[in-house]
Amino acid sequence: MSVLSALRSLDRRWIFLGVALLVIAPLVFGFHIAPVLPSHRSKGYYDAIERVPEGSTVLFAGDYDPGTSAENYPMALATARHLMRRNLKIVALELYPAGPPLMDQVFRIAGAEYNKRANVDYVNLGYKVGNEIVMSSMGTSIPATFPVDNNGVPVTQIPVMKGIQNFQQIKLIVSVSAGYPGTKEWVQQVVSRFHVPMVAGVTAVSAPEYYPYLQAGQLQGLLGGMAGAAEYEVLLHKPALATRGMDAQSLAHVFIAFMIILGNLAFLPQRKKERS
Amino acid sequence: MHLSTSLSIWIAAFLTLGIFSFLYRDNPVYKLCEHLFVGVSAGYYVVLTMTSSVWPDMIEPLFKHFSANSNYLLLVPLFLSILLFSRFFPRGDWLSRWPIAFILGVYPALRITGFGQGDLVEQIHGTILPLWVPGDLGTTIGNVLLIVGLLSTLIFFFFSKEHKGALGGAARLGVYFLMVSFGASYGYTVMARVSLLIGRVMFLLDNWLGVLRF
Repeated sequence: MSVLSALRSLDRRWIFLGVALLVIAPLVFGFHIAPVLPSHRSKGYYDAIERVPEGSTVLFAGDYDPGTSAENYPMALATARHLMRRNLKIVALELYPAGPPLMDQVFRIAGAEYNKRANVDYVNLGYKVGNEIVMSSMGTSIPATFPVDNNGVPVTQIPVMKGIQNFQQIKLIVSVSAGYPGTKEWVQQVVSRFHVPMVAGVTAVSAPEYYPYLQAGQLQGLLGGMAGAAEYEVLLHKPALATRGMDAQSLAHVFIAFMIILGNLAFLPQRKKERS
Repeated sequence: MHLSTSLSIWIAAFLTLGIFSFLYRDNPVYKLCEHLFVGVSAGYYVVLTMTSSVWPDMIEPLFKHFSANSNYLLLVPLFLSILLFSRFFPRGDWLSRWPIAFILGVYPALRITGFGQGDLVEQIHGTILPLWVPGDLGTTIGNVLLIVGLLSTLIFFFFSKEHKGALGGAARLGVYFLMVSFGASYGYTVMARVSLLIGRVMFLLDNWLGVLRF
């Protein structure tokens, strides 16, 4: 049996094993391959938050769940740290049912680091069913759309919500999104109607969909997947989960690219034979 | 190595490994994990929707503060919600068409207006670009590529005339732009899937086994 025919009949589980080993090795042994260099997309994200005047209110939509937390959680945590470091007030909400506990965890960690208190410096309004209808309704009244926060406290009794009526009081929207409903819907329903500046951190699989929004200026910045989150962490000078995962990511990518080339080389002679 | 002493971490680790075991072959442990996931997700969703939306937005205003706040309009969604359950009764299941018709009316309207404002108008506006930017060759090339890519891809999706001659050439160019776009999407998809694997591996190595070295 030739090498090429052996490759053609290679059990795919060997490839799974190869990817697993290449992901585990850099994490266990802690070696680094290449530095993470921020792109203009992540710089735009960082700069947009830097431009918001201190003390202003930012709407933080954490529209993701555990299925994509490997990508969205690092960017959400880095964003919360950045917002708190800049003394911005945070009003958070989630349009994914499993989002509230993840965002609570983000605020617990970042809040402890920057001495920020729940309901005074930030509030998590929690999950609300309705997708675009929730966004549209918030344009009329945020307190009417979210009468109570995630813990059942009436928003009228929450200090950070004082004076917040609708998007007019919001200086920036941050959307950390896993798909639908998420960044696309925030752009369509809120940015285009209420003209609030917006940045987005999205999963890598959905990132190409948002490049046109970035190019057209509807988004000020964009973090795409774990790589985007790592770039943002570098800009914040606070390397965390995403930066640590990038070496494993790079090794796995090289291996997959190598296997794609090898796979094509293995099947090329067979295809030629079939054609002739 | 610092093995976790938390029961929830051990359960999560078992479920993660159980799902990963499918990569070797289908097995009863994988099926158990899968069924657990479906059941827990459904239960979680029902309870969360009740506590975060149905209770504070409808039940409480209707039954606790009805007279105080004049929430008469809420009777309409309550009535429509009850009609949805008529699907369980064959003789009256046609009643469920009214709330469904309401939903079908509202959602497309919201999405069409959102698409028109957010995508159509703004995206056309975003492609009105100068084809020559003095002193900035990179932006010039980028703008030209964007316009050529946009027009040729649009021509590829123009089916009212046979793709021959100049039209065929432009459509073929559009295919190449689409190929590049699919390639980029595929690359990002690989990155997304590897990121998810890294997330779980980090959990197993750090939270469960405590062997992660940073």
